[in-house]
Amino acid sequence: MTIATTDSVLYLDNVSVSFDGFKALNSLSFVVRHGEMRAIIGPNGAGKTTMMDVITGKTRPDTGTVMFDGSHDLTELDEADIAILGIGRKFQKPTVFESHSVADNIRLALAGERTTLSALFGERNNISTERIDVILERVRLLNLREKLAGDLSHGQKQWLEIGMLLAQDPKLLLVDEPVAGMTDAETEDTATLLRDIARTHSVVVVEHDMTFIRALGVKVTCLHEGSVLAEGSIDTVSANQRVVEVYLGR
Amino acid sequence: MITRTLFNLSDTGSRIFIGLMIALAILVPASNLLLPVDSAFHIPTHVVSLLGKYLCYAMLAVALDLVWGYCGILSLGHAAFFALGGYAMGMYLMRQIGTRGVYADPILPDFMVFLNWKDLPWFWYGFDNFFFTMVMILAVPGLLAFAFGWLAFRSRVTGVYLSIITQAMTYALMLAFFRNEMGFGGNNGLTDFKDILGFDIQADSTRMALFSATVIALMFSYIICRLMVTSTYGKVLVAIRDAESRTRFLGYRVEHYKLVAFVVSACMAGVAGALYVPQVGIINPSEFTPANSIEAVIWVAVGGRGTLTGAALGAVVVNFGKTTFTTGALAPYWLFVLGGLFVFATLLLPKGIVGTLGQLFRKRRNKPSDQPAPAGIPEAAE
Repeated sequence: MTIATTDSVLYLDNVSVSFDGFKALNSLSFVVRHGEMRAIIGPNGAGKTTMMDVITGKTRPDTGTVMFDGSHDLTELDEADIAILGIGRKFQKPTVFESHSVADNIRLALAGERTTLSALFGERNNISTERIDVILERVRLLNLREKLAGDLSHGQKQWLEIGMLLAQDPKLLLVDEPVAGMTDAETEDTATLLRDIARTHSVVVVEHDMTFIRALGVKVTCLHEGSVLAEGSIDTVSANQRVVEVYLGR
Repeated sequence: MITRTLFNLSDTGSRIFIGLMIALAILVPASNLLLPVDSAFHIPTHVVSLLGKYLCYAMLAVALDLVWGYCGILSLGHAAFFALGGYAMGMYLMRQIGTRGVYADPILPDFMVFLNWKDLPWFWYGFDNFFFTMVMILAVPGLLAFAFGWLAFRSRVTGVYLSIITQAMTYALMLAFFRNEMGFGGNNGLTDFKDILGFDIQADSTRMALFSATVIALMFSYIICRLMVTSTYGKVLVAIRDAESRTRFLGYRVEHYKLVAFVVSACMAGVAGALYVPQVGIINPSEFTPANSIEAVIWVAVGGRGTLTGAALGAVVVNFGKTTFTTGALAPYWLFVLGGLFVFATLLLPKGIVGTLGQLFRKRRNKPSDQPAPAGIPEAAE
């Protein structure tokens, strides 16, 4: 199967990364089209987080091509450049700025100038509260806007981080385990929110929770030992003999 | 912009601080110069000089708080910037001596004549000019901080490693300045100053002017830092302190943010050093010792990290303690007290004096408070 890189928002071809001889990614190839939402599953150590690290510039691949939006070679850029290009990332462990208020977390994430000059004297200081409140409304944190992010519950932090992603307004969202530690009701709400986001953005979701993946109802890629094991609808993938083996232990 | 500036300086801490600085700048010299010596309100010159020295330290502490308290850069090399500013001022003061030196050489300072040097080294050119000296006081520490910070922050050296290399930097400078061949007076440093801008440096009026200049410089350092930390820039600094890689993934150039804070801080430390030298009358390589930088860290920790006012207060309180302890019978115990103070502040007052007071104040104001205390500042070395 050949897909022209211009059709894809994200294009990984033959990407390998090894740490001290351990192959975290082994000739991984996979493509996300514009506007697509993709779920990634895979057992621990399958390379899901390493893949995100490669895409966001935290880890340099040993070999392979990583293209964003058809024309940007991500292996040449660093984290800040990649973020400015339009890739947002939510971490596995919710990472918010704990000593800032909820509103300030969104303020810092909002798209726009990010230079020191603008932050000292310029535009960055004139962000309207409305812009912040629109986002907070969407992630249901409006009534907590002045609360310190460090005082939020785990689930609220997850949502705040998703809110920060929304504020960044990236073309591609990488969402690492968004429902870890959430109640069933929260999980369902998160799925609804992500489906809603996916209408206007490309999204890659890494998750272990199969109910959640099912609720998303999108194409699933299963990683194993650093490369793609199976790809397709959740039913196809979970019926795949190899996937079952990998998940139940060899 | 102007309304924002005024708003950001309207909090209780800033009002008290700025008010106090204005009062000190006017009342202290007035009391010294206008009141009769036997008046109960007359402040003797030596006390004013001592207070001026404390306030120079306070300025160094405010500068350090900007990078440590807000950005998490635990610099153990700020004494270097302080000393470099001090040396720049010292060079100007040396060249003002002229023929009044022991060897009466119109150009060469005494120590150069003593070393049998025939010409003024090139890097002493221009220091007879006060304006040039002022530029150098900012430029030398600023450029060193820029070069050092550029390399360190770009290579993502953080935490303990950064602290160690800043300490190595000041240590290396100390060793270099100890050498006579460096051309900065070696071991003895620069001293025997006669006048500044044509005014006798020993005269009460000059000393009062220097004191007021120090107070005003401290006030402006505070205002600059306060405006920086209340802007979005300051919020990004705190974000970097608490979650550096997260900030990077939001698209912020962390190294640029750190570099701006580091350079501004170094320039402030340089000015503090430049005001310090004419008031204490000497600058020598011992000002570069890593121990001085560590002491500055203790001032900030005791006063309250990330508060600015606390840093200034900590510097004055600890140095007042130092003056009290190192004179008289208690002298041998000062280092124990200092060490104990650091342990005490870290264990029992992790937010320092001002941070703890602020917390109590907030708690009393919203009495039926169900809000937990604000999240503590994470460990410095993170």
